[in-house]
Amino acid sequence: MKQTAGIREYDWWLLAIVMGICSLGVLEIYSATHNSHLAGMHWRQMWWILLGVVCMLVLSRLDYHKILDQAPVFYLVGVAALVAVLAVGHTRFGAKRWIPVLGAFLQVSELVKLIIIIVLARFFSEVRTEQLSLGDLVKAGVLVGVPLGLIMLQPDLGTALVLVPLAVVGAFLAGIQWKHAVVVIALGAMMLPVGWHFLKPYQKERVTTFLRPEEDPKGSGYQILQSKIAVGAGGFWGKGLGKGSQNQGGFVPVRYSDFILAALAEELGFAGVLVALSLYMALLLRLVQNAQRANDRAGMFVVMGAAAVLGFHVLVNVAMVIGYMPVTGIPLPLMSYGGSATLFVFLALGLVMNVRLRRFVN
Amino acid sequence: MWFGNEHKLPQARLTIVSYVIIGMIGLLLFGFWKLQIIESEHYAQLAERNRIRAIPLIAPRGRMLDREGRVLVDNYPSFSILLLRDDPQAVERNLPQIAEGLGVPLEDLQKQLDESKGVPKFQPIMIKPEASQADIAFIESHRVDIPLLEMVMVQRRRYMPGGFMAHASGYVGEVSAEQVEKSNGRYRPGDFEGKTGLERQFNEILVGTDGLRRMLVNSVGKEVGRLEQKEPVPGKPIQLTIDYDLQVVAEQALAGRKGALVALDPRTGDVLAMTSHPAPDSNLFAVRIPREEWKQLNEDPDRPLINRAIQAQLAPGSVFKVIMATAMLESKAIPENFSIFCTGSTDFYGRVFHCWQKHGHGSVSLHKGVVQSCDVFFYNVGKRLGIDRIAYYASQMGLGKKTGIDLPAEQSGLMPSEEWKDRVFHQKWYPGETISVAIGQGAIVTTPLQLARTIGGIALGGIFKQPHLLKDTKQVREERFPISEDTTEKVTQAMFGVVNEGGTAAGVRLEGIELCGKTGSAQVIGAEGLKRAGRQRQFKDNAWFVGYAPRRNPEIVVAVLVQEGEHGASAAAPLARDVIKAYYDKKSKRNQQQYTVDYKRFEVNPNAAVAQAQPVAKPESHPRDVHAAKSVR
Repeated sequence: MKQTAGIREYDWWLLAIVMGICSLGVLEIYSATHNSHLAGMHWRQMWWILLGVVCMLVLSRLDYHKILDQAPVFYLVGVAALVAVLAVGHTRFGAKRWIPVLGAFLQVSELVKLIIIIVLARFFSEVRTEQLSLGDLVKAGVLVGVPLGLIMLQPDLGTALVLVPLAVVGAFLAGIQWKHAVVVIALGAMMLPVGWHFLKPYQKERVTTFLRPEEDPKGSGYQILQSKIAVGAGGFWGKGLGKGSQNQGGFVPVRYSDFILAALAEELGFAGVLVALSLYMALLLRLVQNAQRANDRAGMFVVMGAAAVLGFHVLVNVAMVIGYMPVTGIPLPLMSYGGSATLFVFLALGLVMNVRLRRFVN
Repeated sequence: MWFGNEHKLPQARLTIVSYVIIGMIGLLLFGFWKLQIIESEHYAQLAERNRIRAIPLIAPRGRMLDREGRVLVDNYPSFSILLLRDDPQAVERNLPQIAEGLGVPLEDLQKQLDESKGVPKFQPIMIKPEASQADIAFIESHRVDIPLLEMVMVQRRRYMPGGFMAHASGYVGEVSAEQVEKSNGRYRPGDFEGKTGLERQFNEILVGTDGLRRMLVNSVGKEVGRLEQKEPVPGKPIQLTIDYDLQVVAEQALAGRKGALVALDPRTGDVLAMTSHPAPDSNLFAVRIPREEWKQLNEDPDRPLINRAIQAQLAPGSVFKVIMATAMLESKAIPENFSIFCTGSTDFYGRVFHCWQKHGHGSVSLHKGVVQSCDVFFYNVGKRLGIDRIAYYASQMGLGKKTGIDLPAEQSGLMPSEEWKDRVFHQKWYPGETISVAIGQGAIVTTPLQLARTIGGIALGGIFKQPHLLKDTKQVREERFPISEDTTEKVTQAMFGVVNEGGTAAGVRLEGIELCGKTGSAQVIGAEGLKRAGRQRQFKDNAWFVGYAPRRNPEIVVAVLVQEGEHGASAAAPLARDVIKAYYDKKSKRNQQQYTVDYKRFEVNPNAAVAQAQPVAKPESHPRDVHAAKSVR
């Protein structure tokens, strides 16, 4: 195999779309925080983006086949890290895990997302049949199930759930049979009541307030209501950057992170949302296109893994902002403020670039 | 190698994923479209409600000043706690914690909420007047988790301590739920209004118009901008006819007794002093009064809440002899040199009527009858005049009807007559009843204010001015019932004699002042009633004294009632003397610009209240007060 890594081979369109999204994010972080004690946050986010781009470029130089070679090692390391976090985390941080200061947990989870992308790509590309057999499906399920269970124990329901679409998209592209799909969906439906039993009280509360928001206007129901007020008040053209009363008055909860799109919707209106969501759609479609042009199934699975995770993030976060889904704490990729989340996205994009750079190999 | 190209990529399924992505983004965009375009107006309203908060700016009530501009009733700033009700669920949920934090019973809060159902949701309601330091700390520390509480500065009433002038000034209280409902939005729950006395009578003048501050707030309720501010319009002050110095003397004179004292300038109708004891501390009502305390005040057998000066309807006793004397001379039904021989008792209609002087007064004519207060003389006068003639003159001179003073709930007293008894009891008037009425006993009852007005009017020759407390009362009503010069001279001479010719009130004689008057000691219940009560309880007589000075064209008339005081001469007359003496002291020293009441003698220290209140007084309002407060120190 020879290396063909000309500068022109990079997906410049993809990068342009990503930079467009990042710019909107930085702009809105600035607008949401410049009048508060958080002022200057947008500078830190820019540094994270810069660091992300560098990491992406570095990762893209390393042949993804070599990375996939080490998949079993990554997997063991990832699971071990999750176990370690559980052991240390419980004694050290107890139930206060979701406070952003304690980002150590999230970092491990973010890394695990990357590892599972790689592991599943490796696993599915080794399946040599057109259709996915039941045995392979179960194996894939176990592969994802172990880290998923460990993350749930942290407990971090949001991140754990991200692994599900990863497995679903992988299985779908690996040729899952319809009858298996039906059984999996049925099993999943049956697991819901059982899973409910294992949810922490605050998690249950989030779900119940999503189903009946009027019962808890100051808890997460309040957050969703305030988010919807900000979005609705924005109208078509928005109130202008830095002029959104709900955003500037602090009514929008965590307006620089999880609910950044609500802040953007208020200040830039439906027009701004249209631009943002179009950029996300372009990003995702561009990823699918890259998958379609991948040199091999392994490359396709890597790219689609990244697409599944990003798409799921966008769906869950945006749906939450407009009150279609409960509050889960999943940030909006590339827009929400956050170091590890941003780094993860760029690393995933690094894998995508990596695949693209090698599409003509062979 | 674990990878290879044995299989083609699942292009069809990848294309399906693309459509899923497009569908997903489309769905999300639809969600935004719905919120931002279709329902935009609704959410814009919610956003406005989120960030705009309206806080009432409570207007201070007008102050009450005495006739020289000294502050009698003032205001002081205090914080009230408001409950914001925009978000009913949040209110519901936080109510128990608020109740605990502010130390208000939960049921009370719930009741207040129920009572304000009719008030628009955006208007906060006052749940606790007079916030303590702890309450303020509670509100500040829970700004984030209970963003429903707000504090407003209000002006609260400050009355002089110890029940000073409590009945005349009255007190303010919170408006009732029904009033809020009927007021058409003028009243909010928690608003105050005058409930009794002058506070009620002149509520419309005293009450101001509350302002409103509409401000922008952030999510923790902090003000970040102001939209508009409608300044409150303070209530207008009222200046009273009360002379603070005389009021102090009156309060102190009556202290510890049960009764009333009212001082009038009969020439103008000005009420110079008015007090009734026992008196509640009006400051109790200025903040929400606890139910227990209210109950106690209301059920006190001494009835501290009634203003005895205008509401005590009691037999006037011998004071009525002045009216009898006037009626006798004016009617000319009896020769003016009519005289009898008093042996200490007499017989009428087969019944024995006693004189208070068991040994008798000997030969008694009109002058001596008044001076010595001879009952037997007036029994005879009454018998000869007859009840209807007595009633005619007494009514013409103001008994049995309201004086029309500018205070609510004045009582009219009662002047009995044949017609009255027939109308009310459908019974014939017995001649024996006339004998009792002739000495101010029986069915006749009067208020202290009525007696002051009547006696003052007689001394003026039949000019009866409407008593009033508001200094610039337009058109003071005046009733004229001309009494001849001869009669006036004789009657006033007799009252002069009561004090200055060894009469019943000789003990209160003042050097250099023509103090005149008439004592009275009235039985609380009749002889038969006393028998029925079985003498188990002591029924002491009510003591009366109505005094005035100078003898003709009096400047001041003082009526004193001391319930269960027994003897008018000893229990009531000295009080009137003190007030009249103070009036003259002040008058003579005012000419030399150095009059001061010796306040140290009195428990009531008005300057304490006035001085405390001064810093909150707005500079533009009554600079005179400051000066006046200094000058009386």
